[in-house]
Amino acid sequence: MFRYLIRRLLWAIVLFVAVSFVTYVIFFLVPANPARLAAGQSATPEKVEEVKEFLGLDDPIYVQYANFLKRLVFEGSLGQSFLTRQSVNSEIMRAAPITASLVFGGMIFVLLMAIPIGIFSALRPRSLLDRAAMMYVLIGISLPSFWIGLMLSYLVGYRLGLTPIAGYCEVFSVPEASQCGGVLDWAYHLILPWTTLGLVIAGTYVRFVRAEVMETMTQDYVRTARAKGAPENVVMRSHVLRNAMLPVVTMVGMDIGLLLGGAIFIEAVFGLNGLGGTAIESIGRFDLPVLQGVVLFGAIAIIVFTLFVDLLYAWIDPRIRLT
Amino acid sequence: MAPLLEVRDLRTQFHTDDGTVQAVDSVSFTVDKGQVLGIVGESGCGKSVTCLTIMGLNDPRLSMSSGEVLYKGENLLTASSRRLREIRGAEIAMIFQDPMTSLNPVHSIGRQLAEAVLLHKDSSKKEARARALEMLEAVKIPRADRRIDDYPHQFSGGMRQRVMIAMALINNPDIVIADEPTTALDVTTQAQILLLLKELQRDFGSAIIMITHDLGVVAETADDVLVMYSARIVERGATDSIFKQPRHPYTWGLMGSLPRLDVNVDRLVQIPGQPPSLLRPPPGCRFHPRCPYAMTVCHEKEPPSVAVPGDPEHEDACHLDAAAKQREARQLLGAIYETEAAR
Repeated sequence: MFRYLIRRLLWAIVLFVAVSFVTYVIFFLVPANPARLAAGQSATPEKVEEVKEFLGLDDPIYVQYANFLKRLVFEGSLGQSFLTRQSVNSEIMRAAPITASLVFGGMIFVLLMAIPIGIFSALRPRSLLDRAAMMYVLIGISLPSFWIGLMLSYLVGYRLGLTPIAGYCEVFSVPEASQCGGVLDWAYHLILPWTTLGLVIAGTYVRFVRAEVMETMTQDYVRTARAKGAPENVVMRSHVLRNAMLPVVTMVGMDIGLLLGGAIFIEAVFGLNGLGGTAIESIGRFDLPVLQGVVLFGAIAIIVFTLFVDLLYAWIDPRIRLT
Repeated sequence: MAPLLEVRDLRTQFHTDDGTVQAVDSVSFTVDKGQVLGIVGESGCGKSVTCLTIMGLNDPRLSMSSGEVLYKGENLLTASSRRLREIRGAEIAMIFQDPMTSLNPVHSIGRQLAEAVLLHKDSSKKEARARALEMLEAVKIPRADRRIDDYPHQFSGGMRQRVMIAMALINNPDIVIADEPTTALDVTTQAQILLLLKELQRDFGSAIIMITHDLGVVAETADDVLVMYSARIVERGATDSIFKQPRHPYTWGLMGSLPRLDVNVDRLVQIPGQPPSLLRPPPGCRFHPRCPYAMTVCHEKEPPSVAVPGDPEHEDACHLDAAAKQREARQLLGAIYETEAAR
């Protein structure tokens, strides 16, 4: 177990270096001049050269990359934005909670919806509820997230006026100038984004849960449980669900990791300035340190959640040994 | 004395997309206390479904049963699902064919055994665990006290089947239904499991319904035999009587196709063709398309079950006349014995 963790950690580092390097290289392959953008429209060529030197952009790429790694390892710093000179760490720290709020809340919404519907569909295949659920699955899979987001925003937020149309409220450390703050405002502002994420992703999950439960119900050990005299709720809880949920756990973990890299469309629709928005903004401005920060955060999120899923899996399924 | 279990005119149908399948057709038999009844037949002849119907384990949305399954006088087909749950695992227990898939992979075997106790008895978890351990020892799992917390994947097939047997017997049931308990195991393990079942049957005094396609298993374990073909019983009787004097051409086929290590035969006798589809069974005697003795009447009329003269317990359903049956049976058995003698 301990050796397994060490090995996974070493792999994570390798992966981390690879991802950061690739981002670096791609960035430099794009024919653009970040110094020019940073210096501003009216800057003279001399000024641009000065900026270039200041930002270290005149060094060869491997030197820049080495400097980046050195700063990261020894100072724990992702550097500073080319444009704002803000620390990238604090930029990520600002944006990550917003995306995390969206993703975790949305995922809870997904599971609350998908697991019961999936199970009922599996128990009563071809029933009205099952057909309705499958219809919904088709819609959920087919419609793009930004369309659902805009529709909800228009209908629920604007027409009915039940929720805010967009925006985000801090839970802790509410800024002085902000008009809202605290858990209630935070949740109130996130209802629509959560619903959107939920509606978009839950479809896939409903279908997945349904298929897994149906598959598990045909297993011999479920028949064994019934032959022992177990009532249906015990059969379901103790014998079907635990086995059926195994693959679902994997999917949830992977999706959370993936979404933490930025649920770009939903963030954009609801004006949430999370990681997705930050990434897009930094790409537009060729702000490499910020982009690099978001990419690495996403990579780490995926690495961490994959590891978490593997550990969880080993805990749920005794057949899996971590060696 | 009334029998422990009496099955009367049991019929089970399944609704499939292709139509209705009559999986069990007017099957009747009785099981007495401590009796071992063998049910023999090819795959798909309805022997497993018969037992699942007794247990009430068919999917109620897809199947329909009629007739009577009287357990101590109580009709299980009309019993409430609550009452059925009380009986299942406590009074009638079941051992399944494939021990590799019949245990839940995510629970330890101790927990799965204890669950069977806790579902039926008002005992503490500790008592249930102690009982589980006792049963693991009874089925001769080596170092049971250490293995009780192991998971199914840590056991071999034979050991898992022992666990299944322990689970079936843990509540001292009156009847154990063993659905091909040795089919998925290798030959040496098969012998061990059969021996174990026989021993435990003696110790626990449970009646056993042994479902198998292997006449050898029946010969070794059963007091009485039902031979099923295409959802119906074609021959029944005491095991001795059936082996000494098989009456139905299908039984002859089964006996002729038994591989024997002690006899040198060039070729095993086989029953030609496939078992008929239960969706559209052949008219008359269902065995006639494969029967070398088929007569015109076999195509038209279903043969009634008739007792063997001088052996009222032994019945068979075949249009051949008694003399012909005797002659052919003697010839078949003679052939087996002759090759044996020649060797």
